[in-house]
Amino acid sequence: IGNPVVGCGGSTLLGYIGIDTIIEQMRKKTMKTGFEFNIMVVGHSGLGKSTLVNTLFKSQVSRKSAGWARDEKIPKTVEIKSVSHVIEEGGVKMKLTVVDTPGFGDQINNDNCWEPISKYINEQFEKFLKEEVNITRKKRIPDTRVHCCIYFISPTGHTLRQLDMEFMKRLSHSVNIIPVIAKADTMTIEERQEFKQRVRKELEMSGIEFYPQKEFDDDMEDKSDNDKIRETMPFAVVGSDKEYQVNNKRVLGRKTAWGIVEVENPNHCEFAQLRDFLIRSHLQDLKEVTHNIHYETYRAKRLNDNGGLHPISTNGTHDSNL
Amino acid sequence: MIERPETAVPSITQRNLEGYVGFANLPNQVYRKSVKRGFEFTLMVVGESGLGKSTLINSLFLTDLYSKDYPGPSQRIKKTVQVEQSKVLIKEGGVQLTLTIVDTPGFGDAVDNSNCWQPVINYIDSKCEDFLNAESRVNRRSMPDNRVHCCLYFIAPSGHGLKPLDIEFMKRLHDKVNVIPLIAKADTLTPEECQLFKKQIMKEIQEHKIKIYEFPDTEDDEDNKLIRKIKEKMPLAVVGSNVVIEVNGKKVRGRQYPWGVAEVENGEHCDFTVLRNMLIRTHMQDLKDVTNNVHYENYRSKKLAAVTCNGVDTTKTKGQLTKSPLAQMEEERREHVMKMKKMEAEMEQVFEMKVKEKKQKLKDSEAELERRHEQMKRNLEAQYKDLEEKRRVFEDEKNNWEAQQRILEQQKLDASKSVNKSKEKFF
Repeated sequence: IGNPVVGCGGSTLLGYIGIDTIIEQMRKKTMKTGFEFNIMVVGHSGLGKSTLVNTLFKSQVSRKSAGWARDEKIPKTVEIKSVSHVIEEGGVKMKLTVVDTPGFGDQINNDNCWEPISKYINEQFEKFLKEEVNITRKKRIPDTRVHCCIYFISPTGHTLRQLDMEFMKRLSHSVNIIPVIAKADTMTIEERQEFKQRVRKELEMSGIEFYPQKEFDDDMEDKSDNDKIRETMPFAVVGSDKEYQVNNKRVLGRKTAWGIVEVENPNHCEFAQLRDFLIRSHLQDLKEVTHNIHYETYRAKRLNDNGGLHPISTNGTHDSNL
Repeated sequence: MIERPETAVPSITQRNLEGYVGFANLPNQVYRKSVKRGFEFTLMVVGESGLGKSTLINSLFLTDLYSKDYPGPSQRIKKTVQVEQSKVLIKEGGVQLTLTIVDTPGFGDAVDNSNCWQPVINYIDSKCEDFLNAESRVNRRSMPDNRVHCCLYFIAPSGHGLKPLDIEFMKRLHDKVNVIPLIAKADTLTPEECQLFKKQIMKEIQEHKIKIYEFPDTEDDEDNKLIRKIKEKMPLAVVGSNVVIEVNGKKVRGRQYPWGVAEVENGEHCDFTVLRNMLIRTHMQDLKDVTNNVHYENYRSKKLAAVTCNGVDTTKTKGQLTKSPLAQMEEERREHVMKMKKMEAEMEQVFEMKVKEKKQKLKDSEAELERRHEQMKRNLEAQYKDLEEKRRVFEDEKNNWEAQQRILEQQKLDASKSVNKSKEKFF
């Protein structure tokens, strides 16, 4: 009469077993091993990408701070530069990699400037696939896949530019895209609302799904949370790494002749919302969607093309050595 | 006192007047005539969409050129660069101004923006050409001046420097029209960022040898001081708005943010007042003069030199504009022929490559067939040998069997013989 029956339909327990301590065990494990997060920032130069990344992680983690000159010339082709840092908070270590894309959208002729980015993302998937398919696998496969791509929209106040649409159309199926409106202190509140509505409508009409995608909502709770977030996206953000004194408080902000724009003030801009969304609530989900959906899509396509699980050569993503 | 001329060579000497003659009234006469005639001014605005060009025009001239009934180019999305002009007649203090605003929607908006400046250049040239034709006519009674007097180029406030598109555009237009670069939406930048940005832009402009509009030095010291101050502020950082907001009891035009109000006409907030004063109040006539004397003359000399030069040796003047139309045609024909030849050579190459491929394929399949043939032959031979072997075995068996039969026969015979012998014995 002692043993509880554990059936598939769920059943009541007759005593305390201790299954719920698994959360504590996972937490301890995570703290020991730490975790990796790879974030990519895309947008043409001068939109405040590096500043925003520095502000998000409250440290000098962007390419600019890693020693690159402030006024270096615009590169002639899109380059991919990644910088890694290990940051620690509350005993938890995170290996953060910021992938920057200087030169995107800066040329006169921007045809196919998304191709180097697409190639980079696929290369990371390829690396992971190779490790997975190996006969003797490493204990922990190093994860360099891009978990999240923040796309910076220029605050024109009118509509999305053609380049924005082309990029998001092509990459929304290989990576989680989070669009943000850069330098939001250019627009007044009404202009901002109008612009956001127009952008959302345009994205919907072209069938571009940004993160969090509607099709991956697990249950009603997820759906309602994500719906609320989707209504306020794209977030209008302002970045800054300078502090000023406002009302006896030190705040991050930008000082203009007519006032101080506070970065973390929800009445001024939506930076705090973006940060909470990205780091405090959906960080793990971003990684999971990347692993379970984008990576799986890539893997399935790759294996179908090759016709079998053979170790793959490194000559590009479509060569086969069968 | 009248001074006598000292030499016989006619020279211009200065004489003092003894009484009031009255030609000091000349400027007033000019003034009255001009006021009656009215003034014309054509202003062109170029920049990517969303930089606030229409708003700035409305703020500059305090009118709604683009209103709800006549939505401006900003409301329409263009796939290619268009050049649109809108005329408006404004009156102030008895002076009439026919203001033409030329807008360029679609500039810099496409993914591939190569040659997006071409429609702009074509427009400017066509206006100069119209004026040239009007000048050369027999009846020159009414000569409307539609030439572009000033081009405001809007630079996006990235804070880093000029984009390749900006540099290309300004390089191509600085000797056709007065280019005044402006930093758009300057309320994006803090004062320090603005300073750095301006310095960076001026540095790049000098690097690429772009000739932006220069303010002429006047004799007046006061004015010179002002002009020097303006020069230091170039390129001007502007903010546009026609919305009136109340700040500290005063009504000002500005943009309302949660953290403050950016005033358009406040010199500390942006350089809008500098631009307006410069453009309208002090230098409008100078812009028109420079357009007429410098840019238009450039265009005219180039155009006329190209038309009047006939029979010039084309080998010497290749690349210059002094080519006769016949020589031009000849060159075009030669170019065309060369292009054809190149295409032909390319096609031949492609053809050869394809032929080689096909040959290779055929060879491969031939080799394959040969191999199979060989294999089949060998199979056949093996089978044949097998059969031979079997036949031999069979023959042997047959022989054996026959031999056996014969022995049996022999035995039978022997047996019958012996029976016969025994039968004979009985008789």
